[in-house]
Amino acid sequence: MSFRDGQELFADVDLGREKFLNRVFHAVLVAASLFGFVMLVLLILDVVWEAYQGLTVFQIDPVQFLTQPSSSRAERAGFGASIVASLWLMVLTAALAFFIAVGCAVYLVEYASRNRVTRLIEANLANLAGVPSIVYGLLVLALIVNDAGLGSVILAGAIALALLIVPIIIVASIESLRAVPSSVRDGSYAMGATKWQTIRRVVLPQAMPGILTGTILALARAIGETAPLIMVGTMLHATRYPDGPLSSFSAMPTQIYNWTYQADRMFNGLAALGIVVLLAFLVAMYVIAGYLRKKYEADASLTNV
Amino acid sequence: MSSEMTDTTDETLIETGFSVETDRGREPTDAEGIVRSEDLSVYYGNERALEDVTIEIPENQVTAIIGPSGCGKSTFLRSINRMNDRIESCTVEGELTFHGKNVYDDDVDPVALRRKIGQVFQAPNPFPKSIYDNVAYGLRIQGRADEVDLDDAVERALKGAALWDEVEDKLDESGLDLSGGQQQRLCIARAIAPDPEVILMDEPTSALDPVAASKIEDLIDELVEEYSVIIVTHNMQQAARISDKTAVFLTGGELVEFDDTARIFENPKDDRVEDYITGKFG
Amino acid sequence: MSTDTKSGPGISGDDTLEDAHKSNDRVRRIFFACATITVVTTVAIFLVLFDNAASYFFGARLSEVLLSGDTFSRTVSFTEFFTGTRWAPDHSTPAHGVLPIVWGTLAITIGAGLVSIPIGTATALYLSEYASTGTRNKLKPVLEVLAGIPTIVYGYFAVSFLTPVLVGGIATNVINPAGGLLDSISHLAPFVLDPAAEWMMGVRVGRYSLLAGVLVVGTMTIPMVSSISEDAMQAVPDELRNGAYALGATKYQVSIRIVLPAAVSGIFASYILALSRAIGETMAVTLAAGFNANLTANPFAEIMTMTAYLVSMARGTSAVGTVEYQSLFAVGLLLFLMTLTMNLLNDRLKQRFQEEYR
Repeated sequence: MSFRDGQELFADVDLGREKFLNRVFHAVLVAASLFGFVMLVLLILDVVWEAYQGLTVFQIDPVQFLTQPSSSRAERAGFGASIVASLWLMVLTAALAFFIAVGCAVYLVEYASRNRVTRLIEANLANLAGVPSIVYGLLVLALIVNDAGLGSVILAGAIALALLIVPIIIVASIESLRAVPSSVRDGSYAMGATKWQTIRRVVLPQAMPGILTGTILALARAIGETAPLIMVGTMLHATRYPDGPLSSFSAMPTQIYNWTYQADRMFNGLAALGIVVLLAFLVAMYVIAGYLRKKYEADASLTNV
Repeated sequence: MSSEMTDTTDETLIETGFSVETDRGREPTDAEGIVRSEDLSVYYGNERALEDVTIEIPENQVTAIIGPSGCGKSTFLRSINRMNDRIESCTVEGELTFHGKNVYDDDVDPVALRRKIGQVFQAPNPFPKSIYDNVAYGLRIQGRADEVDLDDAVERALKGAALWDEVEDKLDESGLDLSGGQQQRLCIARAIAPDPEVILMDEPTSALDPVAASKIEDLIDELVEEYSVIIVTHNMQQAARISDKTAVFLTGGELVEFDDTARIFENPKDDRVEDYITGKFG
Repeated sequence: MSTDTKSGPGISGDDTLEDAHKSNDRVRRIFFACATITVVTTVAIFLVLFDNAASYFFGARLSEVLLSGDTFSRTVSFTEFFTGTRWAPDHSTPAHGVLPIVWGTLAITIGAGLVSIPIGTATALYLSEYASTGTRNKLKPVLEVLAGIPTIVYGYFAVSFLTPVLVGGIATNVINPAGGLLDSISHLAPFVLDPAAEWMMGVRVGRYSLLAGVLVVGTMTIPMVSSISEDAMQAVPDELRNGAYALGATKYQVSIRIVLPAAVSGIFASYILALSRAIGETMAVTLAAGFNANLTANPFAEIMTMTAYLVSMARGTSAVGTVEYQSLFAVGLLLFLMTLTMNLLNDRLKQRFQEEYR
């Protein structure tokens, strides 16, 4: 028996229906996968178009936009005070969250023994990551803003954001601490180092790029958060520059929310421009995080050689 | 193993130390060979895994493929049923024919090809389904579940894989609950249930204990009455025990020698093959 | 590592070594304290929400009763809260039935699930089973960007594009080309949002709609479904695929009969996570679906979710003691318990998946 023709050889195999199904299924999957892509393109085009409209139709002056505080009159409104408020928020949030999160990660990776307390802490972490951000805002509103009498200030907002990102930084830190090979620790212990000496001089320095990357990504999440700040009681318009952590404020996302919410079309242009600035901050943070990660990976491959 | 086979003569060879049954009474039914390759080369990216392999594998016999690790024997096996297609960087040159038809021609669908050429893998890989569903899987996906009596087909396949007596009462239990050796026989039952023409086996006993392995070897001896079996093995004793023909691949993906198993083990032509089977190399 | 150990080779310890051990212990306690802060946060959320919600139902906070001897006086009954169908705690004739805003949240969650679950699963299957490495490397960053965009931006997108163009377009051209329904929609609208959309569609569209909320939240949660489902699919051992392909299965058959069943608990975990996220989603929903507590499933009607209510009532320090302020915590507590349930369910599923594979 010898065949020259595939059709003859496989005459008893009927693949028509299955091939058709496979092709239809493939097409459906491609179409579904494109949905996300199309929405992303639409979103970006929409923001860019509205921002362009703001600059041309409503003649928003970029310099004024970036330097002036907001105003209830659209033609005088700027984004400067919100940018500064967001920067304050980021600094305070990072300061509040970083040490607690890294401390918790170090405890879980380096110290904790497998007992019920450890399991409770780990289970709780997974749960905290799933708590809606607005709930953190409610917590800070009741406990810090009102009961403790701090008021609706930048520090209160930063506490809410810090609570929100602590679990994120912990998870990233745990990962990079676990990535430090145990042989490195053994080397240090063999020199007679204590646990803390080993952690401080050997483990943490090696894990730090990964921890920093995770922290920056967490801050990128925090800088766009709106709901917790609204709950804390941020101002409607950032009409003046904040002068410190105890000053009232409206950060970039809350200012964008207020502008989006206005009926006047010019405010929508302002909101689009605000989004462009916010996204620029995000991109910058992602670029830094990506650079750190790449550098870290290059270093790691060097030490492996 | 061989002591059980009273109808064959055992010969102990001084040079290689292998006992080979010289005559199994099996004659190839098709002189041309069911699978043939002509200058077959396989590349992973720029790396050549097989180099100009030309071979003619006879029907209804056991053909063993041996060689040191990395010699391309598994690659050759996977290129027969085009499982290599699953590896993105893999490219094939030359010809590989099944019944005289080049399976790499545009008009050959690998899915159709694999319905005629079954495969058993190195580690048992039953699906996380019941024993029954595992065996019925092939017939179901091939759309033949309605044409045949499924219960009957499952029973026949399990009997063919010498597993029926052990699982008769628990066909609804998960295939994963079986022992390693049973799982591998379940995979053989799964492969033969749709009644392919060729069964490829990629080191089917390497993950099993010796007792389970010998059961599989017995089974192969029976399977060959209905199927052409091509088996990759790193175990030279196994190749000597069960195969009619043996192909020896050496590092670099080169087919060095292909002949009757007895000839290969008693009197190899190539010095490198002799070195390999006497353990001086590889 | 410390080079300042000057004294002899004794191994029983000297002063500097003792110091090292002491600081070692101190540091351990500090780290443990950091770890407990995360547990304290959870406990604080529970206590603070309960404490403040008490004043909504009983007229006094739990802490006030315990510390200064205030007495409870029932203000809002649980029966009214859980069964009432009108929600307007701040109205001159207040009503405290939470159902309309719970319904709003559920409607958004279910609707978003109808978008993100099929699309996310299909995307995951495509990435895991069909796409070449090149396509994967292009598509995955798109999904990561989609996941990284702040929710306020999605909200803006809903207001300036989805609602006027897409929802308006569906309303005018698909549902009722004659224009009858439109009157009711524009009746809901306080004003026209986007002149460009009006020009494109020739219609006036309501500012808020359930459909816009569903679309925007559905889009946001696609990456959660797709990335976690894809991880689950990638964890399915390749030997199973090989076994099926060697029997002559098509990709479709391998995807449906092998990969999906084997990854099912991981895939469900991704659904739970996405739904949980939709429940807690705030800004996009607020801007897209509105502030009108409506017990309706009409996709073109304005609704209010629990989170939108929280946003609409947020007044910072000025409102303490008012019923609006107290109601925030009753609604917040309910929201927290809903997402907590989902998270625990997700944990369970994830554990099961990890047990199944490795």
